[in-house]
Amino acid sequence: MQDFAEAFRLAFGLVGSADPDLIEIVVLSLRVSFTALLISCAIGLTLGAFLAIARFPGRGALLVLVNALMGLPPVVVGLFVYMMLSRAGPLGVMQLLYTPTAMIIAQTILITPIIAALSRQVIEDLNGEYADFFRSVSVPMADRLWALLWDARFSLLTVALAGFGRAVAEVGAVMIVGGNIDHLTRVMTTAIALETSKGDLALALALGIILLGIALAVNAAVMGLKTQAVRHAYA
Amino acid sequence: MRMHDAAEALSLVRPRPAGDADNLQTADVKGLVFQAGGRRLIDGVDLTINPGPITMIMGPNGAGKSLLLRLLHGLLTPTSGSVSWNGEKAGDGTRKRQAMVFQKPVLLRRSVAANVDFVLKLKNGRNRTERIERRNALLHSVGLSDHAKQPARLLSGGEQQRLALIRALASEPGVLFLDEPTASLDPASVLMIENAVSEAHLKGVKIIFITHDIGQVKRLGDEVVFMAKGRVTEQTSVPAFVSAPRSKEADAYLNGRLVI
Ligand SMILES: Nc1ncnc2c1ncn2[C@@H]1O[C@H](COP(=O)(O)OP(=O)(O)OP(=O)(O)O)[C@@H](O)[C@H]1O
Ligand SMILES: [Mg+2]
Repeated sequence: MQDFAEAFRLAFGLVGSADPDLIEIVVLSLRVSFTALLISCAIGLTLGAFLAIARFPGRGALLVLVNALMGLPPVVVGLFVYMMLSRAGPLGVMQLLYTPTAMIIAQTILITPIIAALSRQVIEDLNGEYADFFRSVSVPMADRLWALLWDARFSLLTVALAGFGRAVAEVGAVMIVGGNIDHLTRVMTTAIALETSKGDLALALALGIILLGIALAVNAAVMGLKTQAVRHAYA
Repeated sequence: MRMHDAAEALSLVRPRPAGDADNLQTADVKGLVFQAGGRRLIDGVDLTINPGPITMIMGPNGAGKSLLLRLLHGLLTPTSGSVSWNGEKAGDGTRKRQAMVFQKPVLLRRSVAANVDFVLKLKNGRNRTERIERRNALLHSVGLSDHAKQPARLLSGGEQQRLALIRALASEPGVLFLDEPTASLDPASVLMIENAVSEAHLKGVKIIFITHDIGQVKRLGDEVVFMAKGRVTEQTSVPAFVSAPRSKEADAYLNGRLVI
């Protein structure tokens, strides 16, 4: 018990003093997950919008697939990316294994289906509402898409935040493809795992506190967006 | 609505050159059938709609009035039979010169002004100042100026219908369909909508208007198309319809009896 109290004291010390090692890990985490989020949004929103509006044979099967991919186990994604990037793999020559780029790729694969599936639902609902008007006024496809994305922006931001939350809190995939290398690929979750197993609870706890803070901030942002959206009747 | 507002509104719809308007305002409906869920919801309609008069469509709930309007507007494809506008089959091509106010207004999740701007931007690449001027004039014409910045979906029912109407007019249509735009509105809102509609008509827009309100038919309409059970039972001038409808369905409807 004494040890725990001490660990907490040290942890808050680290956070309070903005310990450089701690900051480095946090910044890398945010950079990796944020980059993955941007790429996932570019792919996922496009795919989501396409699935929401287009009608083609095999659409139902594709929807089932995308929805199923939402539940991809991170370690499986990690393993897959590892095999692609390892020296013997098809992308081995790029020498990306154990780099932040590898972690970005893994997280992108992990959250793109989430963004695609959730945004598909949001856009399809709104399109159902707008469809008559769009057809009546003969709105060209590009304008339709843009109008749907814009008018659904609050809900879509919520979707993006959900994706970010999943990416930043994920440990299995980044551990496998990043390798948790100090000063290079060590992110919050892998550091917590390692430090805990080493018995250095202070750093683990400090990171845990920050991670929790980020989760709270993300959820607060979602709540804020929802009230904002309701206030504007845009939701 | 004050009188000078109405007068101002008169300038909202640009007069279109004769001939331009005329050539797409004649609808020919032949043997029209629309079937869904195993029912013939539109059950063999033959109808000619001419450019001149304001056409009022009446009929009991479920008669198929909204469906007929959608078929005329090319939003639905007939099961059999045809709708054509001056020989052109109703569809993407004809719809471009038409506008519709739906029974349930479909408003974008944007401000009132942005709803009108959306159509103005789409339909005419006029410059920004001109666009804003025209939007403000449209808003003013139905008393929505003070609501310009408000989210459209927070408007009251009557305000939403007024917005839907001016947004439809913003596209400068040759034909304007209105599906019960004044149902459940207060008298002032009804008057504003009727004024804007008759003014559009004066400027050469063909009006096809669904209503249950016989008073409105008398105030606004030139002819009545009466529907019951997916069929058109008569097409009569308003005075004749009001004094003595020809079909027994219309007679029953006007006397408040159910048409079964
Ligand atoms: N897509 C559809 N599938 C099946 N039935 C439909 C469909 N659309 C409309 N109907 C049915 O067709 C009938 C006519 O509908 P419509 O909306 O045209 O009636 P209406 O004359 O406009 O009535 P109201 O005065 O109540 O607006 C109704 O019985 C309705 O239930
Ligand atoms: Mg109807």
